[in-house]
Amino acid sequence: MAQAAGAREKDVQLTGEAALEGLTEAERKALAQCRHAILGKDRPLKLDCGVELGPYRIAYQTYGTLNEDKSNAVLICHPLTCDQFVAEKHPVTGKEGWWDTLVGPGKVLDPARYFIICSNVLGHCIGSTGPLARDPATGRPWNLNFPVVTIADMVRAQAALLDHLGIPDLFCVIGGSMGGMQVLEWAASFPERVFSAVPIACAAHHSAQNIAFHEVGRQAIMADPEWKGGDYRAHATVPARGLAVARMTAHITYLSEQALQRKFGRSLQNRDALGFGFDADFQVESYLRHQGSTFVERFDANSYLYITRAMDYFDLAGAHGGVLARAFTGSPTRFCLMSFTSDWLFPTRESRTIVHALNAAAANVSFVEVESDKGHDAFLLDEPEMFRTLHGFLQGAANARGLRNGH
Amino acid sequence: MSIAAPIRVDLQLIADMVSPGGRALDVGCGDGSLLAYLATFKRVDARGMELSQAGVNACVANGLSVIQGDADTDLRDYPDAAFDYVILSQTLQATREPREVLRQMLRVGKHAIVSFPNFAHWQVRLRLVFGGRMPETVSLPYKWYDTPNIHLCSIDDFRALCRDMGVRVERAIVLNSKSRPIHMPPLLANLFGEQAVFMLRRD
Repeated sequence: MAQAAGAREKDVQLTGEAALEGLTEAERKALAQCRHAILGKDRPLKLDCGVELGPYRIAYQTYGTLNEDKSNAVLICHPLTCDQFVAEKHPVTGKEGWWDTLVGPGKVLDPARYFIICSNVLGHCIGSTGPLARDPATGRPWNLNFPVVTIADMVRAQAALLDHLGIPDLFCVIGGSMGGMQVLEWAASFPERVFSAVPIACAAHHSAQNIAFHEVGRQAIMADPEWKGGDYRAHATVPARGLAVARMTAHITYLSEQALQRKFGRSLQNRDALGFGFDADFQVESYLRHQGSTFVERFDANSYLYITRAMDYFDLAGAHGGVLARAFTGSPTRFCLMSFTSDWLFPTRESRTIVHALNAAAANVSFVEVESDKGHDAFLLDEPEMFRTLHGFLQGAANARGLRNGH
Repeated sequence: MSIAAPIRVDLQLIADMVSPGGRALDVGCGDGSLLAYLATFKRVDARGMELSQAGVNACVANGLSVIQGDADTDLRDYPDAAFDYVILSQTLQATREPREVLRQMLRVGKHAIVSFPNFAHWQVRLRLVFGGRMPETVSLPYKWYDTPNIHLCSIDDFRALCRDMGVRVERAIVLNSKSRPIHMPPLLANLFGEQAVFMLRRD
């Protein structure tokens, strides 16, 4: 499914790159199944925190082929715990692609029509530079010395990747949750490079409640004695319990009360009666424990601190004098926003706030609220109404751009 | 565009008032048929606002730029003169504050195009005068207790409001019950017109 991109191949060799030393096993597997670029060698990335980062590595995956006039590129921005393996078996977990409901032959984002790119965000742990990487100044892993990155930094790194691939602009930037934040940042920072933008189930800033949940997760990680001040690799340990608790907490926010009730109710796990102890009596407990323990196998605890922080810091209005509409003044981009009725992490009103701002900027905007009881995670699931909306929006945008079927 | 099929006569009249290539906002765009027509045949940058979420979703799935919104509250978001035309077809009588909606339309658009049913049509008058019941006609098909139409007016009422607001009537087309334009003096038009389409601008 991962077809040749026709992009520059020279610096995607795994061997011989100083910046690749000290890879974890998961990173090696990931990088063996995707491409990567070493960026910022000549011009370091100016991060919001003031640090200049470079060189740095961005791992990315592509599907489909860039057409002759380079007008069919689609950038998928992944959410917090997903990555560049959008529509293929994951090299670490062996699970199907996280958005293969949307991406694939005959699907809404068909590689036969679009050149689809998804890059692992800066600060993440599936191949791109993050706290796992080595600090060139010390030769040791960055860990907590890694600079705090923002959503805007992630987007700048993606823009640098596009420069590297020789792609002037994007037919569409699409993403849900943290991916949706990146989409908004793209539209605000590089309006001329974004023909259409689809921010799904997201917000223009992280709410107090969302920051609060993230803080619980981070505190769980840092309270784990195995965390060792972030230097756990040097001690050959993993703060597995802390990271698992962080995941369990976050996972609850991705679901809805109805979905949990429908899925589990008060059903017991492999037993007929209450155990009068603290084993996982209930199915919902067992489910969460499973979510927590499997997460630890694929995600780095320090990276979790950094990426959740990036979401917390996101405040698009704040970056534009407190007026969200200013982020979109004169925007040439066609927007399509989507929210889900049962999403309480990024409720519909957050999308509506963005729509109001886009209206105030007289931008071209569509907004659809999809009826679903599956909570925030609905955007990752089989939601026919979401697919219908996206298909129609992309078709309209393709017509406007003069993008033909096929190539 | 897939749904640019023939459109309702009153919508066609509205479409004919829109000059090609501009920007238009259709408030209460329903299934988006006018938007699709304007985008396809007039190359208009056509946007829509619709109260019903199902209507919005259907429009967007057809490639139209539509958001869920309410004429009474959501026109305020748009900047001055953002559109060449702001269109409100068969919706004015269902708004809570028709005068404010009109004012907003003329602020946001260089022109406003409004169509509405005429409550002084002779059938309406007869029903009320001789039937003694609230009128139900083709263009006013509801029972008194379930009608969304809370601010009905006659063609003359509407003209009076325009005068009062200092709004210039650029065009006024009165349609008979077969949706054909009729040409009569105002007094008769107010009697035989079943609906009217007005194009307005700020004076």
